[in-house]
Amino acid sequence: MNSTSASNNTPVTGLELRRVSIRLNGRVLVDIDTIITPGEIVTLMGPSGSGKSSLLAYICGTLPVGGTAGFEVSGQVVLNGRRLDGLAPQDRHVGILFQDDLLFPHLSVGGNLAFALPSSVRGRLERRTRVNEALESAGLGGFTDRDPATLSGGQRARVALMRVLLSEPGALLLDEPFSKLDTQLRDQIRTFVFEQARLRGLPTLMVTHDPDDGAAASGRIVNPV
Amino acid sequence: MLRLFPAFTLILMIGPVCAGLIGTILPAFGYLPALGGDVISIDPWRDLINQPGLGISIRLSLINGLIATLISFLVVILFCAAWQGTRIFGVMQRMLSPILSVPHAAAAFGLAFLIAPTGWIVRAVAPLAGWERPPDIVSLQDPLGIALIAGLVAKEIPFLLLMTLAALPQADADRTRQVALTLGYGRVVGWLKAVLPRVYPQIRLPILAVLAYSTSVVDVAMILGPTTPAPMAVRILGWLSDPDLSRRFLASAGAMLQFVLVMIAMAIWWGGEKLVAWWGCAWAEGGMRGLRDDIVRSFAAGAAVLSAAAVFLGLASLLVWSFAGYWSFPEFLPRSFSLRLWMREYDMLGATLWITLLIAVLSVGVAITLVLGCLENETRRFQKSGQGAILLIYLPLLMPQISFMFGLQVFFTGIGLERTLISVVIVHLIFVLPYIFLSLADPFRALDPRYLQTALCLGASPARVFWLVRLPLLACAVLTAFAVGIAVSVGQYLPTLLIGAGRFATVTTEAVALASGGDRRMIGIYGLLQMILPFAGFALALLIPAVLFRHRRGMGNRNRI
Repeated sequence: MNSTSASNNTPVTGLELRRVSIRLNGRVLVDIDTIITPGEIVTLMGPSGSGKSSLLAYICGTLPVGGTAGFEVSGQVVLNGRRLDGLAPQDRHVGILFQDDLLFPHLSVGGNLAFALPSSVRGRLERRTRVNEALESAGLGGFTDRDPATLSGGQRARVALMRVLLSEPGALLLDEPFSKLDTQLRDQIRTFVFEQARLRGLPTLMVTHDPDDGAAASGRIVNPV
Repeated sequence: MLRLFPAFTLILMIGPVCAGLIGTILPAFGYLPALGGDVISIDPWRDLINQPGLGISIRLSLINGLIATLISFLVVILFCAAWQGTRIFGVMQRMLSPILSVPHAAAAFGLAFLIAPTGWIVRAVAPLAGWERPPDIVSLQDPLGIALIAGLVAKEIPFLLLMTLAALPQADADRTRQVALTLGYGRVVGWLKAVLPRVYPQIRLPILAVLAYSTSVVDVAMILGPTTPAPMAVRILGWLSDPDLSRRFLASAGAMLQFVLVMIAMAIWWGGEKLVAWWGCAWAEGGMRGLRDDIVRSFAAGAAVLSAAAVFLGLASLLVWSFAGYWSFPEFLPRSFSLRLWMREYDMLGATLWITLLIAVLSVGVAITLVLGCLENETRRFQKSGQGAILLIYLPLLMPQISFMFGLQVFFTGIGLERTLISVVIVHLIFVLPYIFLSLADPFRALDPRYLQTALCLGASPARVFWLVRLPLLACAVLTAFAVGIAVSVGQYLPTLLIGAGRFATVTTEAVALASGGDRRMIGIYGLLQMILPFAGFALALLIPAVLFRHRRGMGNRNRI
């Protein structure tokens, strides 16, 4: 594993996890020290329930730390030279995909995407154009006004990915994102997600228990501890 | 800002209760300078003990409260034991739920119209029995308070049933029940032995709330209960309304006695609970399978259906009476129908409904804001409120209203808020808040946290996530809570009467005021009016999401209670 101690002074592009360690009730769940470079896909492999997801929650800033929840954390997370620890989740620009697509059921497909589009993109027309472009690039042209509940599993997965990408993240986290898709669809979506991540040069960290996911990513595979 | 919500909510809920209790205890010992009482004495108690028939009033409150609670509890538990997991169970659940929104007074009037010597039941039997005149029976306001118990039971069964239903999943009731069945137990016995012990701790507080309510009820007792003497709480209200202001001291001592009576009732229930638990363990370990439970199952279904039918038929008779023209005994329906009374009262009705709606919407609006604020604060700080908080939330429901209402009146007078809309809204808030909290907390906490994490990681601020993601996803739950709150507020009799001091005539205070007059057509009108707002509330709670999300299939049945 790469040591980051030497790189402290020079800004590094990519997602740095500097000696990040997460413990729950004294048990070490995750202990990791690595740099994920832009466009690189690193797979964190381990059995389910081993607390891998808590690392992703920690990088996002949504892990309940201290207090009654009991997670104890040490180490630093740095994205493109910027320290993320202490920042609010919405200020971190880290996108995450879960095994469920979690499309907001009360919004249309286009509404879901527009929710993610930064407010710096101004004007109704401009925003709508950006949303439509994103849908077309995912092979879902004309889906803007559709109800997400009427989409197939594969379509929903692609909308979920486009939603994350539209929020212009600096890094992408994948939390067993393919485990609920059936085998045939899984390959297709997996390829699509990896393609998009590389295309946009996103440092990507994938958590999975499925060795196929790791093989498909054809990148480094690391262990939680 | 958000972190102040829990404290603020607690102050609004517990503050008035404490202020009211203190304001009642002091006059009970003779201290109330405004009325010339500036010496501590036990004269009010001496006065109270010398009231004629005090023992009977105490007995009526205590025994009837306990019996009504016990019957409601037994029917609900037997019904769940006998029918959980069947189609009939679902049907009954849908039948009983709407009754929850019927104000107590309206249900009591309906029942009175059914069982009175000139009521529908007698009229239905009359041709067979050959009665030309109403039989000479005392079926209403009977000295033993049986009609009162019936009225309470009919209203409390739906409440306890819904509370039990909410507790079943947490007790893993379905699988536990099936395990008992596969071990060769009969439905009822298996449920009682395996599921009840896990469900009971979760419905204990609702049961105690029912007990406190039944022991100290005023409006239902004025309609269905005995009058000479009346149950304790009704007599206290009489003393409080006496033109002779010095009787406020007597009333305060009575209110304290009422408080003690509720405590005694709870102690008795608690003792019974321990006995049954001790005996129940031995019973469960005895291995008796109870396979022949057909009679028990029929009885449980019969009792549940009877209680629902009594309320629905009662409401129907309110409707018929409100339009009745000439209606002589023993005819089953009036000879003619007329809109005359409705038209005569039309202007008054509008004003009364408007005041009722105003108080309800204000108190429910504040309550929902506070509860959502508390829950949102809880998620943002990753804290979950413990058992103590639940007890505090239930506190206003475990207190006899009449025991702190007079003191609260004194308190509001002290801070210059007597007879104002603000004080009436605050006092409604005390009783609305617990119900809003109980109906919102579970759906709020059950919402998949990953929706919110996703939204945050997409760059939305916590406030934006709350308004654009959490609130729409909880739309059904929030609207249902709103409807529950409206029903609770509309049904409040004593708080509106005492804190509003007659200035705020709501549909419920007006309806109960008609109780002694016996004008059935007017009672019919006001009884129906009591139900308009709660029903409208629940109708809107169903309609609004259906229209709003008509193109969103994923929103169907989301978080519906």
